[in-house]
Amino acid sequence: MSKMTLRTEGDTLVIVTRHFAAPPEALYRAHTNPALIQKWMLGPEGWTMPVSISEPKPGGKIRYEWANGKGQGFYLTGEYLELEPYSRIVHVERMHLPDPTPDNHIETTFEANGTGTLMTMRMTLPNAETRAAMLTSGMEKGMEASYGRLETML
Amino acid sequence: MNGGGLNLDAAFSALADPTRRAILAQLAQGEATVMHLAKPFEMTQPAISQHLKVLERAGLVTRRRDGTKRPRRLAKEGLEAMDQWLAMLRKALETNYNRLDGLLADMQQHNAGEEQ
Repeated sequence: MSKMTLRTEGDTLVIVTRHFAAPPEALYRAHTNPALIQKWMLGPEGWTMPVSISEPKPGGKIRYEWANGKGQGFYLTGEYLELEPYSRIVHVERMHLPDPTPDNHIETTFEANGTGTLMTMRMTLPNAETRAAMLTSGMEKGMEASYGRLETML
Repeated sequence: MNGGGLNLDAAFSALADPTRRAILAQLAQGEATVMHLAKPFEMTQPAISQHLKVLERAGLVTRRRDGTKRPRRLAKEGLEAMDQWLAMLRKALETNYNRLDGLLADMQQHNAGEEQ
């Protein structure tokens, strides 16, 4: 199963899981090596990452810059907090749009699973005042009914 | 982002409050007056009005005039933008991970090549 899941827990936690057909070591490298990150962490088609800085050690810097070739771009900065090769990465990050968003605290784990790896990313959103709210199950589930209703109103 | 009256930052912050989320859930059933909204929450009308003001400022709720009443309803464009934002996050992650599948396959091939 390669299908991604995205669920919420409590008020501030977002949990993403995804299975990959590669060993944990490869996943760990793909998440920490700047040259590898530059090849896949690109978002929608048409975007590139001209700057990829990743210093995988406690306190090490993270900086990714994205551009769409049409003069638009944004960047992300962060710091590594804990690293356990090849099973666990803890870091904080924030987007600059250009004003910085509040810090996201992210724990990523890689577990051997059959012939591949189960990746689990736990994003602890900073406070209930920003993105946390919209991502709570209340939003995802409760509001679905509203969207359905609104669609039929169109 | 403000074109349709929606302020995305204000919208997220408006939704941080459980009472306001409950008000939105209530309004999803159809439009309602402040008096009707105040009942199930055991709150005073001014307190509900205050919450509605936050939701209106965020572009999530609109009001219309009906004689002396001011029934509130969900603002369509506000919810659509939020929905879009969520969908974008999910899509960006899915796109990234599909791309990562390809990279991991390349890495494995490369490793196999080095070992030979």
